[in-house]
Order: sequence, then C-alpha cells, then structure tokens
Amino acid sequence: MDLDLLTGFLASAVRVATPLLFAALGETMSERGGVINLGIEGAMLAGALAAALGGAAGGVWAGAAAAILAGVLVSLLFALVAVRAGADQIITGTALTLGAVGLTGAINRQAFGAAGVGLTLPTFPALPIPGLSRLPVVGQALFSQSLLTYLGFVMVPLSWWLLYRTRWGLELRAAGESAKNSRAAGVQVTRLRTMGVLIGGGMAGLGGASLVLAQVGTFAEKMTAGRGFIAIAIVVLGAWNPVRVLGAALFFGAAMALQFLFQSLGSGVPYQLFLVLPYLLTLATLAGAWGRTAAPADLGKEESEG
Amino acid sequence: MTARAGARRWALRLAPVAAVAVGIAVLALALLVAGYDPGLALGALWRGAFGSTDAVLSALLPRAIPLITIGLGIGLAFRAGALNIGAEGQFYAGAVAATWIGLLLGGWPRLVAVPVVLAAALAAGLAWASLPILLRLRFGVLEVISTLLLNFVAEALVSWMVQGPLQESRHVYPQSDPLPLAARLPALPGTRLHLGLALALGAAVLLWVFFRYSLPGFQFRATGSNPVAARVMGGVNTRRVFALALGASGGFAGLAGGFEVSGTSFALFQSLSPGYGFTAIAVALLARLDPLATVASGLLFAALEAGSSAMQREAQVPAVVVWVAEAVIIIAVLLSDTWRRRRAHAVVEA
Repeated sequence: MDLDLLTGFLASAVRVATPLLFAALGETMSERGGVINLGIEGAMLAGALAAALGGAAGGVWAGAAAAILAGVLVSLLFALVAVRAGADQIITGTALTLGAVGLTGAINRQAFGAAGVGLTLPTFPALPIPGLSRLPVVGQALFSQSLLTYLGFVMVPLSWWLLYRTRWGLELRAAGESAKNSRAAGVQVTRLRTMGVLIGGGMAGLGGASLVLAQVGTFAEKMTAGRGFIAIAIVVLGAWNPVRVLGAALFFGAAMALQFLFQSLGSGVPYQLFLVLPYLLTLATLAGAWGRTAAPADLGKEESEG
Repeated sequence: MTARAGARRWALRLAPVAAVAVGIAVLALALLVAGYDPGLALGALWRGAFGSTDAVLSALLPRAIPLITIGLGIGLAFRAGALNIGAEGQFYAGAVAATWIGLLLGGWPRLVAVPVVLAAALAAGLAWASLPILLRLRFGVLEVISTLLLNFVAEALVSWMVQGPLQESRHVYPQSDPLPLAARLPALPGTRLHLGLALALGAAVLLWVFFRYSLPGFQFRATGSNPVAARVMGGVNTRRVFALALGASGGFAGLAGGFEVSGTSFALFQSLSPGYGFTAIAVALLARLDPLATVASGLLFAALEAGSSAMQREAQVPAVVVWVAEAVIIIAVLLSDTWRRRRAHAVVEA
C-alpha cells in the first residue's frame, strides 16, 4: 500500500476514534459502578449540539464546556431515574436517547434553520507536536491531531489511576461488584454510582464535542448515529479497563475510517458495506469477547433500596 | 380498607393517563424552551390527529397499524424478559422482503399475492431477530446491544437496496418501483385506511387469549418475571422461551414493515419509518405489555405521530420533537411502576 495512503488512513482512524474514546472511557466509569447507561448516545448527541451552539457563540472552548455540561445534564436525569429511583437502566437509557434526539432536533431547527449550521463553526486545529509529528507514518497519525485527541489520550492513564489507585475507585468498583456487600461495608453506593454516571455523561458530551469541533465541523440531526452504543460495545471489548478501552476504541476508529480509505481507492463495492462494517465488527467482537472477560457482577441490576 | 384498596386501583388505572398528561406538558415546555409557540404547535398537532374524519381515517389510523403491530411484539418479548430494542431494523427487514416479493407477484391474484407478501415480511423480521437470538444463546451477547446495532445495519441495507437491486427502473430516485395492485392490501375506498388494522386487532385478541389461557403464555410470563424460578421450579425451558419471544417479536415488527409497504407507501424508500420501532417501545410500556391495552396505547401514539407531521407542516416544528413526549411517558410509567413495587415491598417487610 502507498505510504501516504496508509498515513492518511491512520490519521483519520485516530481522529474518528477520539469521540468513541471519550464516550467509552466515561461509560467505563459508569459500568464499573454497576450502571449500564444507554443514554450516553443521547448525552453525546446533546453534547454535539451544545458544542455547536457554544462554539458558534464563544469559540471552541466555550463549545467544549457547553458539551460537557449538556452531557452531565442528560446523565443527571438518567441517574435520578435509574440510580436514585431504581428504574430499569436499559429502558431509561433508551428513553433518554429518544428524548435527546427529539429535543436536539427541535433546538437545531430553531437555532440554525432548516438548512443546518453550515460550515461556519470554529474547529480545533491540528496541533503538531514538534519533533514527534515528523516521525514517519505514526507521527502524522498520533502527534498531529487536535488538542481534544491529546486530551483523550491523557484521560486514559487518568481514568486508570482513578479506578485502580484511589480509594474512590476502589469503592466504585466494589459498588459495581456487589451493591449489597458494599453497603454493608459502609460504602455510599448510590452516591458513587451517581458520580460514575455523571462522569460518564460529561465524557460522552465531550465526545460529542470532539465529533463536532474536531472532526465534522458541523451539527446534523441524529449525527452521533449510534456512536454511544458502539462505545458501550468498546467498553466490553476493552474489558472495563481504560488501557484496553483505548485499544478497542482505536480498533473501531480504524474500522470506521476504512470507508474513507476505500472511497479514495475507488473500489466498486457499495459504500453501505463500509457503513455497516463497524456495527458488524462490534457484534463479532462481542461474540468473541463476552464471557471471556469479567463484567462487573452487579452491572445493570435494578437495585432494591436496602 | 376497601376504600383504600379502591383508591389504589383507581390510581393504578389513572397512572398511564397521568403519564401521558406529563408527557404532553413537558413537550409544551420543550417547545417553549426551543423557541416555538407551544399553542400553535399543539393546536396543529391536535388538528393533524383529530381535526377531521380524513385526519382520523387517513393519518391517525394508518399510523396506528404499525405501532400496534410492533407494540404487540415488543410487549410479548418484554414479558418473556427479552429486551428487543431492534424492532426498527426488523421492520425494515420486513419492508425489504415485502417489496422484493411484491414486485415479483404482479400477475398473481390478490387473494394469494397479499398473504405471500405478508408472510415474506414476517419471515424476514423473524430472520433479522434470529442473529441476536443466536448471539445471546451461543455467545452470551446481550440482546439489547445486538438488536440495537442491527438497526443501523438494516437502515444501510435499505439504503443499498433502493440505490441498487431494488431501485426504480429509471435509476433516478432512491426508491423502489411501486408495488403492483395485486400485492397491495385492500383499503377503505377514499381513505388510506387498509386491512392491516383488522389484522393487527385480531393479533391483539389472539395474544390476549394466549397470555391469559395457554400454558406457553404462562411460561412466557413466568420466564420474564423470574427466569431462575421458572427454570428450576417450573421446569420451563427458558432458553426456548427467550428464542420464541424474541423471534416472534421480530416477526411482528417484520409484519408491520409488510403492512406499511403493502398498505400505505406501496414502495420502499429510506426513512420509510419515522422511528416506529422505537415509538412502539413506548406503546408497549404504556400498555404495561398488555395486548388489548396496546391497541389503545398504539392509537394514542399514532395520534402523536399523525399530529407531529401536521405540526411540521403548519408550525415548522420538526416532527421528531414528539420523541420528547414519548421519552417522558416511558420514564413516567417506569417511575410509577418502580414506586408501586417499592411500596408493595415496604408493606411486606413492615
């Protein structure tokens, strides 16, 4: 393969992986606490719209901050219903995603008109790291990305440290394994789980921001197109461990970037085949990964107040 | 005591009504926040659903057909504990099959062609659901995730079909040729209301009888409420029940796709469904998974759908905004169920 082509492919793979990485790292926190949140698709979408609105009003940083806030708000609703009140997590998450699609659709039309945002949004520029970005192939892919991608990389060791090297992380993981035993040991399960969910929502919002402000450069209705759900699959594939989640996110980024590669190669294969590739890969990898990795034992279980 | 029990029963009956009221109220609030005139928008919504005989017969009822049909299947699956979030994809699988077969049956008598088209749609929905069944039973992949992801695959499949194998003969528009008359469901003259409604109502009654009076119906419910007890104490083959329930719900959704192509759109195109597969989750939950209540609940959400199209035309509000109301209704029903369960729990422990 042409070296330039490979370089371009790897660079777009990392760029495409960034929103997935944010959402998946956040969902790792949530699921380690025992809560599966399908609403991160909605949080991501809300984050994407907030990033567009904030970005148009006050630049990229305002956009990123607004996106985090929007993601936290969506997941706060989730936490109230599914963690505090103890309603079914799957259905609550699905409902919130539906609601987010509806609300973002309405606000988008009103804020940007029927035609959409256009290409007027500011975006995070590529920030080549002196020296490293000159490395052949990987230099472009890893060290000539936007600030948000670097932030995503930094979040990996940070999440790992939080989960495995702090008391908070230990208690969160304990709450995910057994809410009952943790309670007996004096751990404030509801509070920890709520925090895990809120972190997850904020990260999903940031994922939406990176989609708008560092990848696409505009907002469109339903633009997340299931990336939140793919992130949930990435968490499984990454065995609920931030470092392995990074690997899984990059793998999916590559799968999604394949369509750009094949478009530029001009093969006769219908483009829809490349659109479905990430979803099919997700299913295939889940089939291979599930059971071989240990999920938090209390994941997704409804809690009876005790 | 009896007075209190009576009051509780009334509260139980009124809970769905309250959920709907809260849903509409939040929708109005969301419209206001997004900068629309809620009065204008909700007025258009009402007229679009109930404003005239034509609105009811040609807008509301035709939309109730897929919603009731899919909702029945989702209710069936949820009752057995199979969380099928993939009805949208199964609907599209059914629509593709119905179009494909329907286009081949131009010379056939209607009495034969229509049942063949619907059977193909049902089979396709079932087939689309069979991969999640296999993934769950063989590999332990949660059906929530697999059914959900297959929605995106189905949408891409339709996109490819209408630009490839099933594209109309002039190869200009991304849609299929219109179905021949022989493959179309009969409709009430002068309206868009087709025979699918009668079939959906019949299915609702059959399912009600199934749950109420048959042993498999009881096993479905037992598996959904406590799979371990059903397997160990009741000797129920819970894996088989899971497969049957998820497969049947896929069949229902596929059939709905067949109804839509053969009764309403007469052609396949992208965004054939305005999210029926997701709305039907709200339909089933509001009906508390009861087949007969699903009919009422399906009519209500059909009114929202029909009204939302009118709202988009008349008040320039994106139709998708009614999903806000749907989300609120789902969550309100969940919360009321959760609280009731908790109170029952508290009473037992006291």
